[in-house]
Amino acid sequence: MFIRNLSLWCFPGLLLMQVACAQDQAYPIEQVTDGIYYHQGVHEDASKENFGAIANVGFIVGDDCVAVIDSGGSYKEGELLAKAVKQTTDKPVCYVINTHVHPDHLLGNAAFKQAEPSFVGHEKLPAALMARKDFFEKNFAETLGEAYQGAEFISPDQTVAIGEPLTLDLGQREIVLTAYSTAHTDHDLTVMDKNTRTLWTGDLLFIDRIPALDGSINGWIENSKKLQQMDVSYVVPGHGPAGKDQWQQGWQKQLAYLTLIREQIRAIIYDFGTIDQATASVGLTQKDNWILFEDYHRRNVTAAFVELEWE
Amino acid sequence: MSLLPLLNWNGNKNSLSLSWLRLPLLFLITGLLSPASASDNTEAIWPALKQTYFGDRQIRVEADDLLTIEAPKRAEDAAIVPVTIKSPLKQTTARHISALHLFIDNNPMPHAATFYLAPSLKQVDLSTRVRVDSYTHMRVVAEMNDGTLHMIKTFVKASGGCSAPAGKDHSAALARLGKMQIRMREATLGKAMPVQVIVSHPNNSGLQMDQVSRGYIPAHYVKTLAISYNDAPLIKMEAGISISEDPSLRFVFSPEQPGVLRVQATDSKEQKFDQKKRL
Repeated sequence: MFIRNLSLWCFPGLLLMQVACAQDQAYPIEQVTDGIYYHQGVHEDASKENFGAIANVGFIVGDDCVAVIDSGGSYKEGELLAKAVKQTTDKPVCYVINTHVHPDHLLGNAAFKQAEPSFVGHEKLPAALMARKDFFEKNFAETLGEAYQGAEFISPDQTVAIGEPLTLDLGQREIVLTAYSTAHTDHDLTVMDKNTRTLWTGDLLFIDRIPALDGSINGWIENSKKLQQMDVSYVVPGHGPAGKDQWQQGWQKQLAYLTLIREQIRAIIYDFGTIDQATASVGLTQKDNWILFEDYHRRNVTAAFVELEWE
Repeated sequence: MSLLPLLNWNGNKNSLSLSWLRLPLLFLITGLLSPASASDNTEAIWPALKQTYFGDRQIRVEADDLLTIEAPKRAEDAAIVPVTIKSPLKQTTARHISALHLFIDNNPMPHAATFYLAPSLKQVDLSTRVRVDSYTHMRVVAEMNDGTLHMIKTFVKASGGCSAPAGKDHSAALARLGKMQIRMREATLGKAMPVQVIVSHPNNSGLQMDQVSRGYIPAHYVKTLAISYNDAPLIKMEAGISISEDPSLRFVFSPEQPGVLRVQATDSKEQKFDQKKRL
């Protein structure tokens, strides 16, 4: 499906688009459905080689303007995404929406500054940014090298409160932003395109890549169950392939993982065990189900453990 | 490491009123503004730290006959890194470790905690959880009752990915502030058993921002955690912002007679928390 859509997208405007398509080799943009475009991040940790382009980022094109959803894992990725927007449409970017604080989703913000868009995020995003900014700055400047240069931690000028979804109009196209209680982080935001019933989940959904817990395991399980029931046609997850075919299974697989580790950690806590015991034994049967399991699984167990101690 | 992260971790740039914070600040100003960054030289900070905390006293290094330190080689979650310190030496009145000083060299506040230990503890087997800011040495200096100093260290790689030393859900942590747990199995007199004490506290490093004022919330953390049995002190932990949210202390203890295990915590705002358990 993607290949067909991509080729359609490359056809009009011939000469100009040839250039665009040539550049797409390095930074491919795929059309999910009408007016919905995304770049799929690679399943790696951020590095100089991948310039932090490890998360799904993209944009929705309306009749009047464009909403960018997550801006990229480096200033360089932000620039590439901004270029891709220009090659797709002549409409200006009016919104840059950050689904949460993690650097792979927001380090490209500054690349859109010139267009003077409104930056939008969860009501708790400003606090999360302030709390992590210095740490991310230090670590990612080093990890990403040159690609980082130009990055800025831009706080949203418009925020979305839990229980009060925000509707933005891109011109004959309404998108609904919903803020969640603590799940993947304490400030997750989803974007729903009403025309095509496409849901951008941010990192509330990981497909193929192991979910990374930086919020609450109980909250994530609870919110995943609700999101799974939503009436949607297409899903753009935070990581992994977008489309109409894989997301149902994606929610199930993610829920199975989170539920399993919660159950096993609870048993260890009940038996007065330690974090070390938990990281050595919990969830190991899930190893072959996820990419980057070795890099994130023990961390998830650690984070879930200290939450579940207070049940 | 520059001066900036230290100030940011403390949050309130104008009132460094906490006396234990002054010393390292002074050392950072005088001793650390060297061109080489901490990550270039993994031992860069220790000489200055040693001078600040121990002056000219001799420290025996690689004292692995007396001490072990266990921490994961890679900090899985920068906000929660479990550390265990043990000693094969049996604590007696005649010869015992009177204090353990834990340092995380490259953290904004390198002195993570000091544990004052009573000989009645009998056995040194302590675990806590710390924040790790970057690639760093983690070291323990044991102070014996004869005044000698002995050190061991280990190296911890910072976590990859997106975890940060700041907590995950600040409002949830604040909501349960002051709750305390003493977790242990049914006690058997004369038998050594692990006890875990957890205090729910944001242990705020000063990085969190107030939602309304958009200003930094000043650092707010558990300062002391004192554990006693039948009113005789066992362990007193003096801690700071390098200790994880919801400070946890796990130790091994052998109650000789029935009694009351008591935990008293004081935070930097002089709030006091108290919990007892009858064994």
